[in-house]
Amino acid sequence: MSQQDWPLWEVFIRSKQGLDHKHAGSLHAADAQMAIENARDVYTRRMEGVSIWVVESKYVHASNPDDAASFYDPANDKVYRHPTFYKLPDELKNM
Amino acid sequence: MVYQHHNESRKPGGDFSYGHLWGSSHDSALIAFTLHLADDALILGHRNSEWTGRGPVLEQDIAISNIALDLIGQARNFYQYAAGLINELSLSARSPEDQNSLFNSSDTTEDSLAYLRDSWDFKNCLLVEQPNGDWARTILRQFFFSAFQYYLYEQLQSARHAGLAAIAEKAFKETAYHLQWSSEWVIRLGDGTDESHVRMQQSLDLLWPYTGELFRPTNYELFCIREGICPDISLLKPSWDAKVLEIFAEATLAVPRNVWMQSGGKEGRHTEHLGYLLAEMQFLQRTYPGNDW
Repeated sequence: MSQQDWPLWEVFIRSKQGLDHKHAGSLHAADAQMAIENARDVYTRRMEGVSIWVVESKYVHASNPDDAASFYDPANDKVYRHPTFYKLPDELKNM
Repeated sequence: MVYQHHNESRKPGGDFSYGHLWGSSHDSALIAFTLHLADDALILGHRNSEWTGRGPVLEQDIAISNIALDLIGQARNFYQYAAGLINELSLSARSPEDQNSLFNSSDTTEDSLAYLRDSWDFKNCLLVEQPNGDWARTILRQFFFSAFQYYLYEQLQSARHAGLAAIAEKAFKETAYHLQWSSEWVIRLGDGTDESHVRMQQSLDLLWPYTGELFRPTNYELFCIREGICPDISLLKPSWDAKVLEIFAEATLAVPRNVWMQSGGKEGRHTEHLGYLLAEMQFLQRTYPGNDW
């Protein structure tokens, strides 16, 4: 079989106690069903998870690390955005 | 004076080749049937393990190795159960003609059953001992056998015999996955490229004659069926046929017609392949008896 044609898939696994799917790794597969079965065979052997998501790698779009400065630095000194910044008056009981 | 003829020589693990014992008593039939289930699983597990490190694709190497491990796990459960039965029986005294029989051994273990019996004592069906061939043949063999195991274990879970039922319950879930995995490969290769289709058809022609044996009960199976220990395997055939037709339709494969079916494996009459397989599988245990690693 011509493996060059098999796309790469990113695998996300949610553990039994978890709420979110975490990235577990990647693998090659011909289609989504095979990708899920491969993920089950490769990434859940030791009961790591109870739910599997697979996404073709080409559909995962990532931010550019070169933009990190303009993307993330400005948030560093805007403390007023945090919910802990302001104090509620005592009269407010139901906030 | 101990009477001996060539079948009765005391071999490690005892002698299982008493054709007349099987089916003549509840215990013999139950043991024979348990060994048949164990041997099926062990031999197919061993065959699949021959792919480890040689799989066509990394993830499929892992998949087939996982399936091999599942099967060997099932085999262990059945062998342990059979060893327990054998040891129990040997403790309750026997008649003189059993002096040299398996019932005389009180130290049978899963290992002695797996590694110290010879091919004529193995009760696996002929299908599972067939060589791996290419990937198409391996997945087709798996599909045929897993579909059979699926319907067998499904029924065996509710069998009267609690020991076997418990093993079947766990194995059933594993088998469901084996069936799903192999079905999809049958479809992908059957309805794949011209080459994959031709290879599938060749393997189909080669393996089909071994599928009939799965549904033809031997005398110990008939005995167990009457006792409610095991489901009537001949009644599993319609479900199996339906499953095969369903998958083959999508795989654009045609079921062969009017094919004479091979048999004999369950009674210890095997193809020449089993001898070579056991020579490899049993070599270490026989050369260094009692060693573990």
